[in-house]
Amino acid sequence: MTGLPQAVLVRRGAYHDSVTLMRVSRALSELPGVEAAMVAMATDLNVSILREMGFGVPETDPGDLLIAVRAKDPDAAAEEAERRLTEVDRPGTGSDEQPPLTTRSAAARGPADLVLVSTPGEYAFFEALDAIEAGLPVMIFSDGVTVAQERRLKELAEARDVLVMGPDCGTAAIGGAGLGFANVLTPGPVGVVSASGTGAQQVTCLLDRAGAGVSHVLGVGGRDLSAEVGGLSAARALRMLDEDPATELIVLVSKPPAPEVARAVLGQRLRTPVVPVLLGTPALAQAGGLAPAGDLTQAAEQALRALGRPVPEWPSWPAPPGTRPAPKRIRGLYSGGTLGTEAALVAGQGDFVDYGDDAYTRGRAHPMIDPTLRAEALARAGERDVVLMDVVLGHGADPDPAASLAPAVAGTPATVVIALIGTEGDPQDLHRQAAAFREAGAAVFTSNAQAARHARSLV
Amino acid sequence: MTSLLTSSPRVITVGAGLLDEALRAQAVPTAPVAWRPPLPGTAEALATVLADPRRQAANELAVGRLTSARPHLVGVRRASELLGADTFLHAGPPITWERASGPMRGALIGAMLLEGRAADEHEAADRLAAGAVVLRPCHEHGAVGPMAGVVSPSMWLFEVRDDEHGGTAYCSLNEGLGKVLRYGAYGPEVLDRLRWMDRVLGPALAATLERTGPIDLRSLIAQALQMGDELHNRNRAATSLLLRELAPAVVEAAPGAAAGVLRFVNGNDHFFLNLGMAAAKAATDAARDVPGSSLVVAMARNGTDFGVQVSGLGGRWFTGPAGVPDGLYLGSYGPQDANPDIGDSTITETSGLGGFAMAASPAIVRFVGGEVADAVRATRSMYEITLAEHPVYQIPGLGFRGTPVGIDVTLVARTGLLPVVNTGIAGRIAGTGQVGAGLVEPPAEAFTSALLALAEAHK
Repeated sequence: MTGLPQAVLVRRGAYHDSVTLMRVSRALSELPGVEAAMVAMATDLNVSILREMGFGVPETDPGDLLIAVRAKDPDAAAEEAERRLTEVDRPGTGSDEQPPLTTRSAAARGPADLVLVSTPGEYAFFEALDAIEAGLPVMIFSDGVTVAQERRLKELAEARDVLVMGPDCGTAAIGGAGLGFANVLTPGPVGVVSASGTGAQQVTCLLDRAGAGVSHVLGVGGRDLSAEVGGLSAARALRMLDEDPATELIVLVSKPPAPEVARAVLGQRLRTPVVPVLLGTPALAQAGGLAPAGDLTQAAEQALRALGRPVPEWPSWPAPPGTRPAPKRIRGLYSGGTLGTEAALVAGQGDFVDYGDDAYTRGRAHPMIDPTLRAEALARAGERDVVLMDVVLGHGADPDPAASLAPAVAGTPATVVIALIGTEGDPQDLHRQAAAFREAGAAVFTSNAQAARHARSLV
Repeated sequence: MTSLLTSSPRVITVGAGLLDEALRAQAVPTAPVAWRPPLPGTAEALATVLADPRRQAANELAVGRLTSARPHLVGVRRASELLGADTFLHAGPPITWERASGPMRGALIGAMLLEGRAADEHEAADRLAAGAVVLRPCHEHGAVGPMAGVVSPSMWLFEVRDDEHGGTAYCSLNEGLGKVLRYGAYGPEVLDRLRWMDRVLGPALAATLERTGPIDLRSLIAQALQMGDELHNRNRAATSLLLRELAPAVVEAAPGAAAGVLRFVNGNDHFFLNLGMAAAKAATDAARDVPGSSLVVAMARNGTDFGVQVSGLGGRWFTGPAGVPDGLYLGSYGPQDANPDIGDSTITETSGLGGFAMAASPAIVRFVGGEVADAVRATRSMYEITLAEHPVYQIPGLGFRGTPVGIDVTLVARTGLLPVVNTGIAGRIAGTGQVGAGLVEPPAEAFTSALLALAEAHK
């Protein structure tokens, strides 16, 4: 903390989405004379971060907006924050046309094929319901939707014959359009049904790397294969891909499912072969014909073999030689829940934190967009730690993760191993990102399982 | 259902702007929703009410009944045929003498004098304070009343029947402008006019309607909208159309009084307002009592409280404090002379007219606070909180689009958008009369408390 003056303004009930706020915060921090700035909704997490940053935060509701700056002229900086917020306040062109305020209204205005919901989780149910009532398939990117609401949405969708992807569906690709966090994928014969966003990204990036390509990725949400939800969306997504002429083989990716649900979903009569990768349940009996894969990389390899294609070496970039003391324990700092789960399973030891979990994303942007919390964790790591972390590329993700994370990697006393999930086509430039992290001292792998095995070999 | 997979999708996006941008970066067409969190404190109730499996069908049924109603003017009757001698009706939700505002008290005093139940205003006030008559809301007797809306037994009422669903609604005869009972004036000229209406106008119109037979108000309102009325603050076209229907029969039915009757109607541009209100009441009553429906079936003010009723909640009132209208003032009057909002005339907005049809009425936009573009914007915004577009009430300037009709409390809570209400402004002090006209914003809590009650009823 310095002696610079600070200002904390509260705007009651002024809502902006977390990504917009993060961008304004970042732009503000880069202004000359500004030492620290954060513009955020007043959630408990954000308030505690602000207090740690040394700001005095008054009593607020989570629905209030906080503008906190420490600068030579904090009032001018706060004014600049307000100016930038009003700039982004009005979507559309500012014409007299009334913008739709609900999904119901948007759906009534013209033809649409799909609704993408990314409101804060406690409100996502309303918009998703509008979509289903309008007969439109919906992808719910938001997390924080209750199981009861998920169940209700999926039952309604059964009656309307539409697909519900999510909640907490981080990625999908439909007809060449990447939704949510979306890698740029070459078209090809493999369809993916995924109860895990980053799991699907890992598998499809490897398939893309191997030149196999992907037809569609249908995310169904991490709880779809639970006993409570019953796999309604996964079953529907499998049937949809089965009827799709572009799909020759299906990979089903899931975090640990309820075995009876997985069995029922895979027991459907399908013409298209299915490679299941159900993390944490390797012993699950296989009804679909193909053997289940133990990890995501294996799943991609099995799919390639089933298609009669060669399995390439998965690119990796070893860490530059160094003289750090041998690490004693693994700390996993993941933005992808499934990648974190897979890494923990493969490494078989260590402490893993999923920064994409609800607890960290309430009123904040996802860690694939906002590096702050993981950069702080890197700074806290010790010299006997090996930090294992994912960096996920593609549309929707941080446009240049190395720009903010590579300095944190270079600055940490820990040994760093990175699983870099992306394709040659991604806007962030996979090779440039790999080089930047390697230069910062990290070992970089395109296979998360290989990264985890490497980390294990170090301790 | 597989059509989703056969081409690149058109996507409605709601929530984080970043995900919409990511789609547009891939040249995927999107329709972004200008989403905001719902009104504070409503999220949980919204989740409950929206999840009610009856809601969608119930609302379709209710709004379908509202828009299919075919109100006809069938007669003119004395209120004493419907009311006990000791009952006076008033506008808005239930009110006591103690809580009644100046104009409401003034109108009640005038009615006491008209009925010969007091010798002067002081005696009238004393008797009212002592409970000499029972005060009941018009709405609870199938009636509506403009401004104070006071109906006493000797007054005449329009009788409107809904040919489609069979309901009947009543409204008093319009007295004209200036010092009139409905605005709380009770001087000699007010009482003289009421006595003339009692002696001459009422009987002449009753005899006239026996000759004309039922007059189709739905068709008349539809024509008036195309002639520049919005049927709340402008009724000039509708009054003219009515006069054309009535004139020959008036001459035949009451030759001695015809000139006076026709001159009176012609001299009052708002003569049709009361008929429009009865028509609106007949239509909204048809939508009442559909279990599970969140449709607003009445909005009304008594000069103290603004109240709403909801189809799924029977006759319960949900209230908040009535606001002071924002508008233009007559002569030397100003905002300091204005009484809070008063009258059942918001039944026009409830049925998709008035403020909701403002775009149809460029002639009055200055009167209600702005430019033609403001009127268009007001009407367009109301489609965001309504369930349907009226099949017959159309707005030429919007390409003959139907007016927004059927306010849904869930949509009000989700968008934070309150109904646009056009209104007259009554003088604060009893006996003053009209001081202006303008727009008024209903209290949000009337809608949110109705929503909370719907959620409660569902538990």
